[in-house]
Amino acid sequence: MMKNNKSKLQRQALLRGAATLALGLGLSACAATGGGHPKDPLEPLNRATFQFNEQADRFVIRPVAQVYDYVPLPVKTVVGNFFGNLGDVWIGVNNLLQGKVAEALSDGGRVLVNSTVGLLGAFDIATELGLEKHDEDLGQTLGVWGVGEGPFLVLPILGSSNFRDTLGLVGDIYADPVIQHKEVATRNSATGLRLIHKRSVLLGADTTAEQAALDKYSYMRSFYMQYRLNQVYDGSPPRVKDFDDEEAQADQPAAPALAAADSATPSPTSATKESQE
Amino acid sequence: MTKTLSLLAALALSLGVQFAAFANTIAPDALVKGVTDDVIAIVRQDKAIQSGDTRKAVDLVETKVLPYFDFAHMTRLAVGKDWRQANPEQKAALTHEFKTLLVRTYSNALTQYRNQVIDFKPLKAKPEDTDVIVRTEVRQAGAKPVQIDYALDKQGDSWKVYDVMVAGVSLVTNYRDSFGQEVRAGGIDGLIKSLKDKNKQLETTVQAKK
Repeated sequence: MMKNNKSKLQRQALLRGAATLALGLGLSACAATGGGHPKDPLEPLNRATFQFNEQADRFVIRPVAQVYDYVPLPVKTVVGNFFGNLGDVWIGVNNLLQGKVAEALSDGGRVLVNSTVGLLGAFDIATELGLEKHDEDLGQTLGVWGVGEGPFLVLPILGSSNFRDTLGLVGDIYADPVIQHKEVATRNSATGLRLIHKRSVLLGADTTAEQAALDKYSYMRSFYMQYRLNQVYDGSPPRVKDFDDEEAQADQPAAPALAAADSATPSPTSATKESQE
Repeated sequence: MTKTLSLLAALALSLGVQFAAFANTIAPDALVKGVTDDVIAIVRQDKAIQSGDTRKAVDLVETKVLPYFDFAHMTRLAVGKDWRQANPEQKAALTHEFKTLLVRTYSNALTQYRNQVIDFKPLKAKPEDTDVIVRTEVRQAGAKPVQIDYALDKQGDSWKVYDVMVAGVSLVTNYRDSFGQEVRAGGIDGLIKSLKDKNKQLETTVQAKK
């Protein structure tokens, strides 16, 4: 009976997912004439979700994170360490799945040290001892196994992802000790606290992204793609030949003239400085 | 008044000394370390920059950092293959606007500096290499370290930075998609205009803050 119910739920979820996908594909088919990003066939759907996330962040998540940010740093550090320690178990499993045995052992050592000497994960003693914190998840593991990233996908609230990482995320959630915690009240408040903590770490970086981007959506999309590639390769992705740049470089003689022209143009910063004085 | 003058003289002198020091093919990792240490030392003592004085941060970046950056190369890298359809004036305009945007944005980021420690990784390069990556890591209490890498190439006797990667993300090529969109929508001039508008908008927020 229970099992029956569960599979029915799963079927429903699957159907809903398929419907969203079909909708997205339909939408993108309408807009496909604009020569969009080859890895983002669902762009119209993604942009809509992105807008929703921006509003949710602006009016709810960011303000809450800003209030949370008033918490003294030592307390925030404890919060970060606590969730970090819980996460290290799954990070170790993923390192094992990727064949990085030494890293996996180090992650196991981290959990051992931090759960005991580190008072249930409140203090990150392991890092002090030289056991470096790693950053792994199932999406990265799939990437290491050679699974392609698939189309870019913006998830509600969670933000940038792709088909591969979304699949990985499902596994991450199944293995997550916080989300799988049985007592609902504790589970919900812990999940919320973790989300807000993670968001608060990004305060500051978000204004920089806001200022830097011409079109925040495509800026964040490109950011995510490069960021994940870097993670899959543990910080040193292969340096590939940049064909677009090679093509751009084809006509170099303009370079000296360009440098001269640039220095001849008065910079707007110095201009406004003068007018202010 | 005399105080200001002597300060200016001291600054000019130190800059001159610095240029002289860096002119003789200083190794790329030493160059990045020198500039970073310099800037951090100043920000550490400057309460105005720490409390968000963007203009002061921009000045600092323009005097201490810009001489070691190759913005023409950065802009070409950001624009990608559309660069070829730009004429020399458009290239100059693009370079100028992109430089302004980057300086504005990342000077602002400098005001968020709070006692982070920067580790310099050993340089993995052969002596004959002319294109290298200098790797650093920014450590902060209670947070994961952030990887910041600098790509430099050798031009004559000196090394110039042409790309900066934060957590593996190039702050330069990250623009390529949106620049491409702008060029498709309004040509090279359309992209120049968007950059100009963006810079104007940033300038007004800087002034509003003051």
